[in-house]
Order: sequence, then structure tokens, then C-alpha cells
Amino acid sequence: MSALPRAHELGLIGCHVCGLVCRDTKLPDAACPRCGSPLHRRKAASYTRTWALLIAAFLLYIPANVLPIMRTASLGDVDDNTILSGVVELWVNGSQDLAVIVFTASILVPMTKFLVLGTLLVSAHRGSAWARPQRAKLYRLVEFVGYWSMLDVFVVALMTALVQFGVFSLVAPLPGVIFFGLTVVLTMLASMSFDPRLTWDGKADND
Amino acid sequence: MSTPHPVAGRVPAGSPRPALLICEHCDTVYRRRPLAPGETARCARCHAVLERYHRLGTGTMLALVLTALVVFVEANAWPIVTLGLNGEQVGTTLWGMIVVMWQQGAQVVSVLAAATLFFLPLTKMLVLGWLLAFARVGRRAPGFRPLMVALHYVHPWTMSEVFVLGVLVSIVKAHLYFDVIPDPGVFAYAALALLITVFAGVDHRHLWDTVPESPA
Repeated sequence: MSALPRAHELGLIGCHVCGLVCRDTKLPDAACPRCGSPLHRRKAASYTRTWALLIAAFLLYIPANVLPIMRTASLGDVDDNTILSGVVELWVNGSQDLAVIVFTASILVPMTKFLVLGTLLVSAHRGSAWARPQRAKLYRLVEFVGYWSMLDVFVVALMTALVQFGVFSLVAPLPGVIFFGLTVVLTMLASMSFDPRLTWDGKADND
Repeated sequence: MSTPHPVAGRVPAGSPRPALLICEHCDTVYRRRPLAPGETARCARCHAVLERYHRLGTGTMLALVLTALVVFVEANAWPIVTLGLNGEQVGTTLWGMIVVMWQQGAQVVSVLAAATLFFLPLTKMLVLGWLLAFARVGRRAPGFRPLMVALHYVHPWTMSEVFVLGVLVSIVKAHLYFDVIPDPGVFAYAALALLITVFAGVDHRHLWDTVPESPA
């Protein structure tokens, strides 16, 4: 047994919901005696669910970027903005700091999530011992920053509610923002269904 | 940073805090050790946080949650921002925004905003307030078990902090073409974001251990 025993080596299971340490009864429908949630050694169907959600999120992310998310109309002049052109507009108009924040939330964070979760899934599935502490850290980062991507969705919603000046100025949401909102929800669900314990299963550490 | 010693063993029945804890991120088993103020226990294998010392007592937490509830009511009742153009003014509240998005054909966004900015944060504060109010006098609130489980699932879906940043970005965007008047709602939201950040860092699962199961 290694110096740092893992739950299955001791015949234990940690409840995913309340954290209680339970004896692993090996029964198929065991429930946590404290909170009543089903006990799993690993999150149920973690690979399949995470892949499915991640791929769905990625597919929705394409129209989210290609389609415009917001229409600005003033005195017959119509201007449709995509996520990226919104960032450029902020930058050109002198709010470089906010442009960086929006770029990070809307483009950098979702892209990082796709890459990181994809890498975690592949490497965990192969039982790879490569860079385990770093992979664990990446997962926690993805979990932590995930929901900030909703930023642009809220900006479009607020601008739509505020800019209602008839023919002088009008803002309306366009389909891109719906795809983007769904992308964010799906990436959040994907990172929740990935089980970080899988990173440490498989081949033993070499150290 | 301290590293608890991993030890094999059984959980003694009826102890106030279980003797063992398992790292959620890598399944390593540790023997629990009381933490000194300011101490954080981290996993020796994956460096995830196992436990933090709780500086805020139950009473303080309850006070914070109640404050957050009051601020939440204000944030939702008052307009957030008002725009002016040629003497005409348009202001909005959170619910104004949700309704407009629904009418403009973005029902998905409308539902997302209503859930992550209104219903789920409200649920979280009410549930937490209810549980803490009873925990303060050493009792488990009615519905303790399902509510603690609900809290676990609601937790990642509250986004008031993100909305505050969204308001800031909108103000900057609108400032180019309109007169922007920040309304009291935006300050209430900023305060709410701060309060939420304070109690989001606390792992409420300690209530399972610290509040004893009442026999009756």
C-alpha cells in the first residue's frame, strides 16, 4: 500500500454530496447513511457524459461565435455585433481593460475549457501518470472560472432592456446569444460530470 | 499549510466530527485533525483544499446571510441603471431585463437570467438562513437533510457576481452614446457580490457534523 492510501484500497467510499466517509458495501444501490444520496466510487458514466456534454457545447459554440449576438439600430442604421466584434468595439473605443475581460470570459475561458477537459478525458482514459498534479490543478481552475463566461449574455440582456429609444436607438438580442448561453451551461455541466479522481486512477505514480 | 497524516481506520460511531476525511479530487484518505485559526489542510497528493479553519461562527454567518437577503431585495426592487438620450430616460430593474428578453424572443436567456440571478440565489440564501437559524441554537432545522443536499446542487448556479461585472461592461458600452445614471440597484448589487463572495468561501457541509442529530 502506498504512503497515501486511497479510498478503494481501504474499502471506503466518500459521499459525493456530503463528504461522509462510508464503508464500501459493494452493493449496486448503496446510499449514503447521512444524506441519502447514491454512493458511487466514481461519478456515474463520467467519460460518456462529459464527452457528450463537451461535444454538444462545442457544436453550439460555433453558431455562438459566427452568428451575431446583438443588434444596434439607430436612425435606420443597423449594426449587428458578434462576440468578437463586441470585444473589438470595446477596444477601439478606449476601454482596453474591459475588452480584455470580455475576451477572457467569452472566448479564452470557453476555449480553455474545451482544451482542458478534452485533455483530461483522454489522459485519464489512458490511465496516464503524466503531469498528474498539474492536471488536477487545471481541473480546479476550469471549475472555478467556468461560470464567468455568462458575462456577455448578461451584457446583451441589460443593453436590450436599457436601449429602448424608438427610432433613435434600439438594441435587440440575436440568436447568437442564445447559443452562447447554452454553451456556457453545457460546459458547466461537462466539468461537473468529469470525475477528477479518474486522473489518479490507472498507472501508479513513478515517484 | 498543513498536511494531515493519512491513516487507515474505521469511523467511530457517534463522534462529533468523523475521524476520517477523503479528498474529493483524488480519493486519498486522511485522518482529520483540528485546524488552528488561519490554517488550511491540503491534500498531499493533488494539493486540493481538504478543509479550512472556519473563522465565522454560526451567528456571524446567519447575520451575513440575513444582510445579503436585505441587500438582495433592494438590488431587485430598485432600478439598476438609467440611460438618457435627448431628454428621454429609460431605466431597468433585473425583472425588467428578464421580461424584455422574453418579449424579444430570447426566452432561453430570460430563463437563464431568472434562474441564476433571482431564483437560485434567493433559494440559496433562504435555505442557508433557515439551516443556520436552527444550527445557532444547536438544532437541526426541519428538512435538514433534503435542504443540505439541495444546497449542494444549487451552489454552482448562482451568478450575481458575474452580473455585477456585466453591469459595469454595459455602463461603459452605453456611456459612448447615452447619458448613464447609475441607480441605487447597482450599488446594492455590488454589496451583494461582496457578501456572496464572503460566504461562498465557506464549506457549509460542516453543518452535517457540528449540528447533532436530535433524537426527537
